[in-house]
Amino acid sequence: MLKITGLTKVFNPGTINEKIALDQVDLHLRPGDFVSVIGGNGAGKSTLLNCVAGVYRQEAGSILLDGQRLDRLPEHKRAKHLGRVFQDPLMGTAADMEIQENLALAARRGGFRGLSWGVTASEKAEFHTRLAALGLGLEERMSVKVRLLSGGQRQALTLLMAILKTPKLLLLDEHTAALDPKTARAVLALSDRFISDLGLTCMMVTHNMRDAIAYGNRLIMMSQGRIILDVNGGDKKKLTVEELIQMFSTKSGEEVMSDRMLLG
Amino acid sequence: MEQILLGAVSLGLLWSIMTLGVYISYRILDVADLSVEGSITLGAAICAGMITAGGNPVLALLIAFIGGMGAGLVTGLLHTKLGIPALLSGILTMIALYSVNLRVMGVSNVSLLRMPTVYTLIGELLGTSKTVSIMIAGSLVAFALVFILYWFFGTEIGSAIRATGNNPHMVRAQGINTDTAIILGLMLANGLVALSGGLIAQSQNYADVQMGVGSIVIGLASLIIGEVLFGRHGFKSRLLSMVFGAITYRIIIALVLRLGMPADDLKLFTAITVALALSLPRFSAYLDTIKASLKGGRRHA
Repeated sequence: MLKITGLTKVFNPGTINEKIALDQVDLHLRPGDFVSVIGGNGAGKSTLLNCVAGVYRQEAGSILLDGQRLDRLPEHKRAKHLGRVFQDPLMGTAADMEIQENLALAARRGGFRGLSWGVTASEKAEFHTRLAALGLGLEERMSVKVRLLSGGQRQALTLLMAILKTPKLLLLDEHTAALDPKTARAVLALSDRFISDLGLTCMMVTHNMRDAIAYGNRLIMMSQGRIILDVNGGDKKKLTVEELIQMFSTKSGEEVMSDRMLLG
Repeated sequence: MEQILLGAVSLGLLWSIMTLGVYISYRILDVADLSVEGSITLGAAICAGMITAGGNPVLALLIAFIGGMGAGLVTGLLHTKLGIPALLSGILTMIALYSVNLRVMGVSNVSLLRMPTVYTLIGELLGTSKTVSIMIAGSLVAFALVFILYWFFGTEIGSAIRATGNNPHMVRAQGINTDTAIILGLMLANGLVALSGGLIAQSQNYADVQMGVGSIVIGLASLIIGEVLFGRHGFKSRLLSMVFGAITYRIIIALVLRLGMPADDLKLFTAITVALALSLPRFSAYLDTIKASLKGGRRHA
């Protein structure tokens, strides 16, 4: 369903700070794939997601979603097909708008926006049910400004907004990295529940190898802008953190992984 | 004294429409848009040009609004499509409008004495004095606009514009074209500012190519006064506070002039007021640290 071919992204081309962030990346996702993406700092994980989302334009290669050239569309047009959650919990929501207003913006992703009222009564009822299912009590605070929510609550809300209109592809960019361990586990479990309930195709960037092994049916490892490992189904289930570290040093030729990757 | 206060209130009502425009660009879009200095004069110039040519004063206001929207469109395009920083885009439009305004007026100052204005029309209709007519027209337009803006920013498009000023990343991820949202917001803001300029020109019976100088600072001063003194809870009260802020600003100015401040110092006075008001958060943060350290010191003692 997602077909990435020869994707190359270079930052600051032709300058002393030139950095090849993605180097001829090929990746093919099948419908329903839940891929965890791991790799050290600067491996190109987030750049890969941002190229798919349209934050960056690639230098070469193509990105096809269900046969359509995604890479020719501007970011806001790609949004029709994509649900996104970011590392920074502040990035996914409008802080000075109400919870229900944020949800209403998400409910219109890819749709027409005119001069009808921004949040309808029937939507409020639906949002109430959807928020109640999160178990955070947010359904009682729907007209509260998002600014007043905790990082975990905002991230859970962003996640709900990402799947409110079922996306073809869900992009999770280290979406639990900025949360405390307990909240991170809760948000991750919630993501997993949404993905399996809705049968979503998903790419999840993470620094945490245990999470990468525990979640999803597929794992890819990146280093220096390339995919150096791609493990599927049964093989992935049997993986251990030790094996992953071993594979990383043999495949990438780098001895040490970042501390954050080991400890995270 | 009563006459001075009434004059201040009526002038404040006309400037409150400009303040609503500044609120849209400065607070909702989070853009310091300097093109308003040109568009307020543009509105005045259009009204003066049309009325001296025998046009209808009400129609002139409508055309002034549309002209202002055009100015906002230019600033918006410069900023979003050509990637020029917002502040500079506004300055470019402001400078360009200076020439445009001279073209529209033909000369640098056009008198509207003994010509029909919206206020003479109201006066003929209701038999009211000029000050009262200004107050009627000003409050009618200002409060109607508060109502319309409250509605507009509650709609799907309005929500998209508000979100764009808040978090453009999130807005693009939700499929909204932030360029379009910014352009629409700037058009609306400058349209209101030009409408205000048209109403002001008709009330003072002249349009002057210099009349916009410093207007952004007056708008900001009114905005801050409104926010500090009158309700910050809920969008409707924020919009209303802009109207009351503009009126309060005019009353303050009338009072300090009455107390003997030379009119030439007005702009300096306004600029210092705005600078102080904008730096308040810094000062209060500084005071908080001092307070905290004093408390801490006492505990250790």
